[in-house]
Amino acid sequence: MPEIKVTPLGAGQDVGRSCILVSIGGKNIMLDCGMHMGFNDDRRFPDFSYITQNGRLTEFLDCVIISHFHLDHCGALPFMSEMVGYDGPIYMTHPTKAICPILLEDFRKITVDKKGETNFFTSQMIKDCMKKVVPLNLHQTVQVDDELEIKAYYAGHVLGAAMVHIKVGSESVVYTGDYNMTPDRHLGAAWIDKCRPDMLISESTYATTIRDSKRCRERDFLKKVHESIERGGKVLIPVFALGRAQELCILLETFWERMNLKAPIYFSTGLTEKANHYYKLFITWTNQKIRKTFVQRNMFEFKHIKPFDRSYADNPGPMVVFATPGMLHAGQSLQIFKKWAGNEKNMVIMPGYCVQGTIGHKILNGQRKLEMEGRATLDVKLQVEYMSFSAHADAKGIMQLIRMAEPRNMLLVHGEAAKMEFLKGKIEQEFSIDCYMPANGETTTVTTNPSVPVDISLNLLKREMALGGPLPDPKKPRAMHGTLIMKENSLKLVSSEQALKELGLNEHQLRFTCRVQLQDPHSDNDTLHRIYTHLKSVLKGYTIQHLPDGTVMVESIVIKVSSSAEDANTKVLLLSWIYESVYRSLRVWQPPTLDIFLR
Amino acid sequence: MKLYCLSGHPTLPCNVLKFKSTTIMLDCGLDTTSVLNFLPLPLVHSPRLSKLPGWVSKDGTLNLEKELKECAGRVFVDSQPEFCLPEKELLDLSTIDVILISNYHCMMALPYITEHTGFTGTVYATEPTLQIGRLLMEELVNFMERVPKAQSATCWKNKEIQRMLPGPLKDAVEVWTWKRCYSMQEVNSALSKVQLVGYSQKVELFGAVQVSPLSSGYSLGSSNWIIQSHYEKVSYVSGSSLLTTHPQPMDQSSLKNSDVLILTGLTQMPTANPDGMLGEFCSNLAMTIRAGGNVLVPCYSSGVIYDLLECLYQFIESANLGTTPFYFISPVANSSLEFSQIFAEWLCHNKQSKVYLPEPPFPHAELIQTNKLKHYPSIHGDFSSEFRQPCVVFTGHPSLRFGDVVHFMELWGKSSLNTIIFTEPDFSYLDALAPYQPLAMKCVYCPIDTRLNFHQVSKLLKEVQPLHVVCPEQYTQPPLTQSHRSDLMLELQPPPMPYRRCSVLNLPFRRCYERVYILPELANSLVPSEIKPGVSLATVSAVLHSKDNKHTLQTSMVFPLLLPPSKKRKRVMEEPPVVLAPKPLLSGAVPLDAFLATLQKHGITEVKVEETADGHILHLQAEDTLIQLEEDGTHIVCDNNEPLRTTLRDLVLRFLQKL
Repeated sequence: MPEIKVTPLGAGQDVGRSCILVSIGGKNIMLDCGMHMGFNDDRRFPDFSYITQNGRLTEFLDCVIISHFHLDHCGALPFMSEMVGYDGPIYMTHPTKAICPILLEDFRKITVDKKGETNFFTSQMIKDCMKKVVPLNLHQTVQVDDELEIKAYYAGHVLGAAMVHIKVGSESVVYTGDYNMTPDRHLGAAWIDKCRPDMLISESTYATTIRDSKRCRERDFLKKVHESIERGGKVLIPVFALGRAQELCILLETFWERMNLKAPIYFSTGLTEKANHYYKLFITWTNQKIRKTFVQRNMFEFKHIKPFDRSYADNPGPMVVFATPGMLHAGQSLQIFKKWAGNEKNMVIMPGYCVQGTIGHKILNGQRKLEMEGRATLDVKLQVEYMSFSAHADAKGIMQLIRMAEPRNMLLVHGEAAKMEFLKGKIEQEFSIDCYMPANGETTTVTTNPSVPVDISLNLLKREMALGGPLPDPKKPRAMHGTLIMKENSLKLVSSEQALKELGLNEHQLRFTCRVQLQDPHSDNDTLHRIYTHLKSVLKGYTIQHLPDGTVMVESIVIKVSSSAEDANTKVLLLSWIYESVYRSLRVWQPPTLDIFLR
Repeated sequence: MKLYCLSGHPTLPCNVLKFKSTTIMLDCGLDTTSVLNFLPLPLVHSPRLSKLPGWVSKDGTLNLEKELKECAGRVFVDSQPEFCLPEKELLDLSTIDVILISNYHCMMALPYITEHTGFTGTVYATEPTLQIGRLLMEELVNFMERVPKAQSATCWKNKEIQRMLPGPLKDAVEVWTWKRCYSMQEVNSALSKVQLVGYSQKVELFGAVQVSPLSSGYSLGSSNWIIQSHYEKVSYVSGSSLLTTHPQPMDQSSLKNSDVLILTGLTQMPTANPDGMLGEFCSNLAMTIRAGGNVLVPCYSSGVIYDLLECLYQFIESANLGTTPFYFISPVANSSLEFSQIFAEWLCHNKQSKVYLPEPPFPHAELIQTNKLKHYPSIHGDFSSEFRQPCVVFTGHPSLRFGDVVHFMELWGKSSLNTIIFTEPDFSYLDALAPYQPLAMKCVYCPIDTRLNFHQVSKLLKEVQPLHVVCPEQYTQPPLTQSHRSDLMLELQPPPMPYRRCSVLNLPFRRCYERVYILPELANSLVPSEIKPGVSLATVSAVLHSKDNKHTLQTSMVFPLLLPPSKKRKRVMEEPPVVLAPKPLLSGAVPLDAFLATLQKHGITEVKVEETADGHILHLQAEDTLIQLEEDGTHIVCDNNEPLRTTLRDLVLRFLQKL
């Protein structure tokens, strides 16, 4: 039986360092190659030694697919391709291909230049890695090799995020990456067609959450920012340079415009201007509204939002600052946080998910005293707010996607075990499909049951379709009989006659003849006619013919009459038939196996 | 399989393919050359045009001075310009299932087809094709609607009258079917039927046919199409280019193994080298400016203009034109320039990598930023106050019959300092200029047509090896003006099948196979037996389901289970079909000795064997039964003894193969 195997090397019952191995139809595919924000040691990257103990991965993987540019999905890519060793194709969408190397370089700088780590990938390695990337377009069917094909769908999570449909023969897997089922201010909603994969591998970050309406959340957010500004406080919003940042910028920009607010909004420099430029050039990946109006007004050209300078943090008066990174684990956002943490008038709004181990995660869990590097502690007095703006599907969205794709099996990754457990129960109950949630390094195996594609001769097909009745009804099932010829790699279904012809075989006719004697004083012809009338009255529903050549045919049984030489009254009936060529009407629905006809 | 040819214009095709129960329209080109017969539509009142004399036949019997005007010996219709539509009578257009669009120039007739014929299908196009196509339609509508003309000339179309008119009006075909331009409302409605597709996306049509667009290298989002089933493949090649300009390169390899290749949209300028033309364009432009004249470039708002601007971007500094203003005037100029920058996926590799930096892929962004290139929706408004001469103006329409270009013709035509440079190949420049004669302005003709030339196409066909080629008849003979140039035609073996407007071609196709899927349960129950080395046979008796043109074979009726549980549809158990008992075919021969041995094993020992011409007759004496064994048949003559007959039958069957 063919099998599909799925092994998470990361993101198995966890969020971070997404990396999932899939074996399907003899092909091995790596889905995402991310890093973990919560670790600074070996655990930062997936354990590639699972694939092979020694050496390069090229011969073990047919391709690598990256779903989007977030580092927990692509952060380990240069390490994998350049340091472990992989030379095969890496697939990602154009925006991901454009943005991913910038985030990788940024990540490298923080790790190597600031933290002083060695044995890390270099800038050159990032460049070499990106040379192996093959860009993907939405809905384009990419033939990785003769058998393996992949197709990307819009995922909505960040610019360029994609879900992928992976197909080998008639077996298929869909990997969602991170996705969002509700359109937001700058992105559209994820969509997939009814592709009925054997396995749907879905993220489950918000497995148990059903988020309230987006409008409420936005109003809440704006209210909090506004209140804080009104009382002269400073608002810090830690974000990643691309993604939610643009969403919140659009939100604040329109709010400032409408309310005619004067307090400055800053965006930490560097990445961000560049980031907005990417959004302008990849406007086809944003939502309908922005795409429609971009000629008149490009939503990513902000009037109120200005670049941030380090010195502004000490300026008096209210301000709003977007700073990177999003989980307060390093960089500018952490520096500003340290500066502002002591004042209760200030506020930090965490707009997204924070991985365990980060300061973001700690303060969200109510920790008010933080141990910093060098044994110093930091008292957290400012207000801490959490607003889920990260664009992941919630429980409702995940169920919606399952309804869209109609998978035969479900597998959850990129979520917390306890929450997954809950969702798994719900999925199994609602859709009656198996749902798996393997831990890292644990393999899930499902057997698939592919149907066999066969070439049927058009003659046979048309003949069988025509037999459906006087008016062929395409919806009605019909019986069909033929011979399957298996030659090399081809499977051909043809009529038995054609099979004989094609294989150069001769037909062998098996005939039976049986003599029956009876007494009848009439002439041969009259006897035959009497037999004809009799059969006609007895055998209703059969074709009975009296042929001019002196035979009666019941379906294909031939009856002849001759007088015996000695006695004219003794008639000899010759019944002759070919091996089981009698038509039968099957009124019982059952498989028309040969048995019935051989009786 | 049939091909209905609705347009005779080789680069603005409109064909309908009937293939496996689907009806597919390939492109929807609008022949706009008809507008050359009309008088230009001036944006501001033109005393010259309004003073043109009306036309009266020489003998004075025919007076059409209201409808026809004479200018420099040519006669023009004074009416809103009209277009020559694709043929509407050849087949019922409401039966069309889908329309495949190959590039934005080949969709301009779409509203005529989708809006007034009962069309209910879907149009497939790539995103750039849709967006830029929309811009071009919008521009066309705008050109027509902003200078409404009350008069609609119809008398001249009368067959009897048309016969009497001077050429080329006399020879214009199907003038009574010519139509005015559509409205914006019709454009919007037509384009709402478009479904977007990406290159190499596989789109299923009713489960019967799969269509897929391929990059054709001609313009942003331009595509060739593959139309195929599991066994047959038709390639539709329309407007392709092998030159490296801005679009993604042409995908050639996917065209391989076609049964039929429909070839349209070759270059209209087979003897003009685009690179050479570009050079000439630049040098003429610079020369005129240096002499203090203005340059007018009549052009479409998208396409070659991007390449012209890119070329000028590099040329401006070296030619010392840094201070010369360049104007691009069109109602959609801004949109066209903006849209060109956002289709990174559809661009050539070089431009794609610019976006990764991130920088705009086309350098006209910089020309705009540095104020070297300015764009305006029309000559009215801001333009009139900012306009400086000498300058270069890019504006439409290339036919010179409507659009802002008409104004510049009137403005600059009288001075020999000025130059008009034709770059679009769609219109004969002499015809385009005819209603402006006499003209002092210089004319330069450097048509840039990047589409395949005959040399490239024969090389391409050699490579992709289609079984049959279908093409417009124009491609099967040298151009009329160059009848000695046998290199300017297609020479193929077998010769291409030519078509003309209103042709209906029977494409040489024989379908032999169809795909059927054997469900796993049935597949597992099959018992294959090896007949010859490497060849196995299995008898299949099953139930055939045909739904949405997909055929499956399964062991028994399980389809109530296939219904989604959520649907509360009550389905009465369908009446099982009347099954025709299959006639198992036997094959092989019964070997005498082995058969006798088997009989013996079953207690039949008294057998008399008699040799005949074709085999043997076995007389089973105790049973009074005859068995006639021959190479291709066995005949058992056995009277009323059913058990014996059954035994004998089974023994015979042991030696035979059943199909």
